[in-house]
Order: sequence, then structure tokens, then C-alpha cells
Amino acid sequence: MPHTIAEKILAFRSGAREVFPGELITARPDKVMSHDNAGLVIKHFRAIGSEKVFDPAKIIIPLDHRVPAESERTAIAHKSIREFVKEQNIENFYDIREGICHQVMVENGHVRPGELILGTDSHTTSYGCLAAASTGIGATEMAAVWATGEIWLRVPETIRIEVNGQFKPGVTPKDLILYLLGRLTARGADYKAIEFYGTTIENIPVSGRFTLCNMSMEMGAKFAIVPFDGETRKYLESRMKEDYTPFAADPDAEYTERHIIDASELTPQIAKPHRVDNVVPLKEAAGIRIDQVVIGSCTNGRIDDLEQAAAVLENKQVSRSVRLLVIPGSRSIYIQAIKLGIMEKFLEAGAVILNPGCGPCLGAHQGILAPGERCLATTNRNFKGRMGSTEAEVYLSSPIVAATAAIIGEIPDRVTES
Amino acid sequence: MEKIISGRVWVLGEDIDTDVIYPGKYLPILDPVEMAKHALEGVSPDFPARLETGDIIVAGMGFGCGSSREQAATCLKMAGVAAVVAGSFARIFFRNAVNQGLPLVQADIADKLKDGDILTIDFNRNMIDYPAAAGEVEFPPLADSVMAIIEAGGLIPAVRQRLGLTE
Repeated sequence: MPHTIAEKILAFRSGAREVFPGELITARPDKVMSHDNAGLVIKHFRAIGSEKVFDPAKIIIPLDHRVPAESERTAIAHKSIREFVKEQNIENFYDIREGICHQVMVENGHVRPGELILGTDSHTTSYGCLAAASTGIGATEMAAVWATGEIWLRVPETIRIEVNGQFKPGVTPKDLILYLLGRLTARGADYKAIEFYGTTIENIPVSGRFTLCNMSMEMGAKFAIVPFDGETRKYLESRMKEDYTPFAADPDAEYTERHIIDASELTPQIAKPHRVDNVVPLKEAAGIRIDQVVIGSCTNGRIDDLEQAAAVLENKQVSRSVRLLVIPGSRSIYIQAIKLGIMEKFLEAGAVILNPGCGPCLGAHQGILAPGERCLATTNRNFKGRMGSTEAEVYLSSPIVAATAAIIGEIPDRVTES
Repeated sequence: MEKIISGRVWVLGEDIDTDVIYPGKYLPILDPVEMAKHALEGVSPDFPARLETGDIIVAGMGFGCGSSREQAATCLKMAGVAAVVAGSFARIFFRNAVNQGLPLVQADIADKLKDGDILTIDFNRNMIDYPAAAGEVEFPPLADSVMAIIEAGGLIPAVRQRLGLTE
């Protein structure tokens, strides 16, 4: 039978010749990732009563959500994680200095094409940018995986999304995924996998594919996968030996839905409060006053995101009524941005640069909103209360739109490049 | 787990997300009893105080969308919520609820009920009764392996049994 990429990876990791959508299988993941919530996973692991984790080499723990610790409670959790990784010989532990977990996973060779990866974070779907099948689970479930090395999974149906054509200047993969969210809705891919195809996708670098797979989760997707190609290989060359096994979908594989998008028709998009699928073209939100702009996160904190935003801000000043927060996705991106002069541009324009981490995206710390305030962010969620007060509002956009808004103090009707 | 659950309902809307169920600022809390004090706080600040043991949450489509935080399921369970009935559940929330031993029922009946109505869920017959609206509806059963986790009281006791770690 012909199969999709998700079906092939799940068949391989469950030791079956083939698997079919709807089937419940038991799979052995290649890697598992937890961040600060490893503290909760450890608590559950102790409650199970196992002495040793299934395989310390397959567990990766980067601290990123509340770094450096914003409270004594977090400090205690971080301490318990540092003690646990020593006790269990977990070598792939990245302390507070390294960056956002998903970026750290992809940058440091922990994601290989064709792998099945689980993480205690919903945006674990991001690793589809390197043709892996990866998804989020809860802390109790992770504790069970640490104890047994196994998980039950339902084999998902797959949605095929084909995107062709060239983006207009100023239009980015973030605008594409926001557009898709508006079109397919926040439930449009519930329990399903997404595969991306088309000339646009082929021309998007791993960084932008990361953005697409990251926010596919907001449509409910279990996996979001960009098939392995020359771009994937190029990205991985410097990071690992080519001893991985990518899977390609069979040409006649069965898809539950097919969508074809013309990228050349796309314009910059905005998600309005308080739903990720409340998406409109930029000009329909133009003129809305903004108090804070956040550029960063696992969705848009990579070097090209920072570069595009800095180019908009060059020789300009952030509005006196706006607080612009810039958060590089990882230490390595931070270093690169300094070497390229990007950080200088941000600082000269009046931005506040925060250390790599999640901070304001989930309302943990560093940029909490007061009642009545509005934020335009390049992050992934605009739920009520997400960034602090339940009476605050969060809008989502690309880094180019966010940087433009920071200068004029309101959502722009166009971006400088378009 | 009780095979027949009867309780007072709280009716919520569509796409009740994890930030509304359990705001991110409380994630560092590790004590489940303390988590319960913030259950559905995003709906309204006094919601946790309104919840009583045995209550049933009834919501529209997309319940639990967003974060992987299992505290969204734990806080409901610890606040005494006996079951959640929704038109559909986001996938990670679904797994988290099962793993905490919180029964879930897929039925789109939120618009037929109001706060305070009494609802009865019968897992023997996979039927829901809501006398206030003189209604009855069948719901799709959970897979046996999934039901077994809920019946064991959640994934931790289920794994302990499997690994022979129970006394």
C-alpha cells in the first residue's frame, strides 16, 4: 500500500511493516525533549518508581521558559533538573545560557530526518523542518516514556498542502502560516499530520520551514513535515554525518485533504485577539495603537528574522510610546547577530535585547502586559491572558510587520518592502 | 472510575484554550492541590471558587487547544471536575486528561444546556442524559486501551501496574 511520511515513520518506529490512519500503535521514539517542565516530569518519574531512565542518550533537556529563574519556585525546579541529569547521566542538558529548546534541538544535531521525536512542549512539531515526525505530549506521559521507552500513538490522517509561486517582497513564511491558519482554522488539522509541498516550500530555507511546522500546531496538527530535500541536506551537512534515513511519501499516498495555495497572491497577515485563526490582511488591522512589540520566540527568533527586522529599523527610532523587546532564539543566533551588526541596529533604534528564551511569549516573565495594553508579537499565540493580563491584547505578525509597527507605534497598513 | 457520572454542569464556549484553563504564570506550581485553585481562572477570576466536586464541564468544539501543559487537565481533576463533555478535544489535552484519569466525552451539546443543569453520563451504554432539555445522546466510546488508563486512575498507576511496581 502507498503511504504518507507520517505513516512510514510510525511503521518504522513501531516495528510494523505498515500502519494505517486510525490505528493505535506502540512506538519507540528516537529522542525525547523536555524543558523547564522536566521538573514536573521528574516528579512523575519518581512517582512511577523506576530507578533509571530508558536511555539517557535519547533525552535532551534545554532550560528556556523561565531563564534565568524568575522566582524561587523556578530556581528550585531548575536545581532539581540539574541534579537529576547528573544522577541519570543525561549528557544532553543545556543550561539557561543556550536558548529556546526547539532551536537548540535543531541547531545541535538532535533532530534527524525520518526520526520520531516527542517533547513536553506543543511546538515540538517544529522538527518537521528537518523531515522528522515530532509532536508534543504532557509531563506525565513523558515520565512514562522515560520509564518504558514507549508511547501509544494514533496513526494520523495526512493533509497535503502545496504552495507554489514566489512571495512578494515583504511577505514571509510567517504570513503564509498565518494565512493557512485563517483558512484551515485552529481545529483544521486536529489529530492530523500535514505535509508541505510545492515550489515555494522548496525555496524556503530551514529557518522558514521551522516557522511553518512550528505554527502548524496551532491548526491542531500532530505532525507537520517538510519532506527531505537538498535544502535539508545542506542545513545538516555541518551538523552531522549523513547516516540518517529520510522517508518520502509515495506518489499515490492517500491524503484526507489537499490544499493548493498561490504564494504570489499573499500579502502580510495579522492574527487578531484572542484567536490564532482570527487572521486578516495587514491593512484591515492598520492604525491599531501598540504599546509593546516582541520580536523573537521559537516561531521567529532566527537570524533571518532578526536581520529582516533590523533592516526595517536601521537609521530609524522606535516610537517613544512603544517598548520593543528583541529575543534571539539561541546563543548561537545571538553571536551571529552581533557579528553581523544586527544587534547594534536594534540597540541604536531603541530596542531592549533579552537573553535567548521564551519569556514574554507565554507570559512567564520579561514583558508582561498590563490591563488595556496591546502587544504585536512575532510569537505563536494570542490567547486571552497569554502575555499577562486577561484584559490585554496580543496580535501576531511577521518580524517585518512587527519592526514597522515599532517605529510608527501602530499596526502599519503596509511594510516598507512591499 | 464510576461507570455512571451525574453532576451539575458549567457550560463554556468553543476553543477554550489552555491559557484560559490554566494561565502560564502558574506553571511553576508543582502541588496539584494548589493547581486546582486556578482552574479555569481565565474564564473569570471567581470560577475556581464556583467549582464543586462532581461538577461536569460542558463545552463546544476545540476544548483544550494550545499548550501541552498537563496542568490544564490536572487542575480540573483536582478541582473535583467529574468529566469534561465537549464537541471535540485538542489532541494533547485529550491525552493529558486520560493520563490524569479525567473522563472525557465527545458530544456537541453545549448549546442545549445552561449552567446548573444536571447531566448524567453512562459509560456502560455510552449515553448522556440531560433531563432539563429532555435530551439523550449517544457518544463514541473511547478505545479500550485508553479507557483502561482512565480506569486505572491515570497513566502513573497504569504504568506502575505494567512494570510490576505496585505492592
